[in-house]
Amino acid sequence: MAEKTFKVTSDSGIHARPATVLVNQAGQFSSDITLGYNGKNVNLKSIMGVMSLGIQSGSEITIKAEGSDADEALAAIADVMKKEGLGE
Amino acid sequence: MSEIISGIAASAGIAIAKAFILENPELAIEKKTVENTGLEVERFSAAVEKAKGELQVIKENALKELGEDKAAIFAAHLLVLEDPELIDAVKTKIQNENVNAESAMDEISGMFINMFEQMDNEYMKERAADIRDVSKRVLAHLLGVQFSSPASISEEVVIIAEDLTPSDTAQLNRKFVLGFATDIGGRTSHSAIMSRSMEIPAVVGTKTVTEKISSGTMLIIDGLDGKVIIDPSNEELGMYKKKQEDYKAQKAEWAKLVNEKTTTADGHHAELAANIGTPQDVKGVLENGAEGVGLYRTEFLYMGRDQLPTEEEQFKAYREVLEKMEGKPVVIRTLDIGGDKELPYLDLPKEMNPFLGFRAIRLCLEQQDIFRTQLRALLRASAYGNLKIMFPMIATLVEFRSAKQVLLEEKEKLVNENVSVSDNIEIGIMVEIPSTAVLSDRFAKEVDFFSIGTNDLIQYTMAADRMNERVSYLYQPYNPAILRLIQMVIKAAHKEGKWVGMCGEMAGDPIAIPILLGLGLDEFSMSATSVLPARSQLSKLSKTEAEKHVETILNMDIAEDVVKFVNENF
Repeated sequence: MAEKTFKVTSDSGIHARPATVLVNQAGQFSSDITLGYNGKNVNLKSIMGVMSLGIQSGSEITIKAEGSDADEALAAIADVMKKEGLGE
Repeated sequence: MSEIISGIAASAGIAIAKAFILENPELAIEKKTVENTGLEVERFSAAVEKAKGELQVIKENALKELGEDKAAIFAAHLLVLEDPELIDAVKTKIQNENVNAESAMDEISGMFINMFEQMDNEYMKERAADIRDVSKRVLAHLLGVQFSSPASISEEVVIIAEDLTPSDTAQLNRKFVLGFATDIGGRTSHSAIMSRSMEIPAVVGTKTVTEKISSGTMLIIDGLDGKVIIDPSNEELGMYKKKQEDYKAQKAEWAKLVNEKTTTADGHHAELAANIGTPQDVKGVLENGAEGVGLYRTEFLYMGRDQLPTEEEQFKAYREVLEKMEGKPVVIRTLDIGGDKELPYLDLPKEMNPFLGFRAIRLCLEQQDIFRTQLRALLRASAYGNLKIMFPMIATLVEFRSAKQVLLEEKEKLVNENVSVSDNIEIGIMVEIPSTAVLSDRFAKEVDFFSIGTNDLIQYTMAADRMNERVSYLYQPYNPAILRLIQMVIKAAHKEGKWVGMCGEMAGDPIAIPILLGLGLDEFSMSATSVLPARSQLSKLSKTEAEKHVETILNMDIAEDVVKFVNENF
């Protein structure tokens, strides 16, 4: 299992477009990937799950991946977070 | 027997094709028990795949026609259909409860719709509509209901609809959609503006097309005279084919004027500019030989997204327009939001009278961070062309002075940051509020130019909401009261050596053009497609003659007399 905590730095938190990019990236991997925020965990492959959290700027989120490609998945997601200016 | 329905001519040209009715059918969902749940799950998966295929096509069309921003909406729709929380939940429900796919999909998506609707965030609430849209698409496939998605059209048609929304028009394929007619709308409604920029014939505000026309019926859309002919006779078909040819010939004639200057029969020059909403529109501006951009509506940069555009995004858009126009004048209007144009992410309270409310410059002067970001982007872009900045909805000189002050402050900051900014930026205002027209002699001493926004000036002067069809008879561009206000503004400006443009629909109107010429209007800014007809018309008019007629016109009692006089004398 791989796990990483990020601080969300983009001004508008994680909204539609960035959420789309994250979910698309997560969908590329076979591992189960979850996003934890504010005590709630959602499937990172679920656009509605991610959007339903309404993640604000400045908050902390934890991404967990479990499965055969967990490490690659987490690295790829960290990359997207950085590229999209969402957080590190 | 053919039947003729009249409406408002929204976009010129003749289209002859079968009707395609665009409607959102009500879907009747029945809960049923199924024996073979495996088969039911397969049926569900097949419907989802079909819906995805459709969305893929729509997304690609939107990307081509409307840009990345709008296409992103459909990318999000696609993701909803790939969402394991939704799809797996439906499959599980079918298997565990032995229910049919329709009712399982309806219940599960209903749960998500509810969840998003409950959120106390406007943006999230709107996502509920996205899910509803997507779920309806799948349900239609399950029920075998023909979902009349404009993206599914693959033969030549004319579209018949109550109204066309921006997301409908995003899906129109110009190769197959030859024209359209709607029940509601006027010359300035979204669908009408779209039809002109897509250059397809359209008739709007017919009230009855959806009721009287059924799918597949042969139709003629006459966008020149605002008529829809249902099931035309051979004779009518022949007549309209001839009219279509004539119009094409006339267009070819106009095309010869693309590189000509606009000169009246007695040798006066008038500047013909075009109105645009996005940098992509510049192509049409140049193809139609406009001499500048008389109005760049920056609102579109702010619309159809979930947050404000950054300074950098705006700078890129403004620079692109200025560069493509290669030194020709470009008037960019600062944000004119509010009224009928809302931005959900600004979370502004609903108003009783949005057209008279907190909008445009009123909003910008209060929420100055938004205004300053835009001004910085504009000032930075000024180094790349001939930029003129225009403030909308100015009602008092205090507003103009405050707006100009903010602009000068941002300019000074940029200069201190060693950013290059043009020193020759003209600063002007829209004249669309009667108080400003009446006081134009005082304004003329301080502004560099005026641009008369007739759509709003008419609605405010006549106190007639231009979105309300029951008072649309009061929307009277030729009312002598409006013409006198226009004259007042032009005289005041010329006395101070300033120029006056007009960027409302009226500037491209063949009946208004001779009057405006006589009143001394310097710049006419209109839909790009109106530029060449206007140039052709102006080349046949004499300014001296027009000036002579103006006094007679301004002393008339009613708009009808003005129209009659223009038709008889020009």
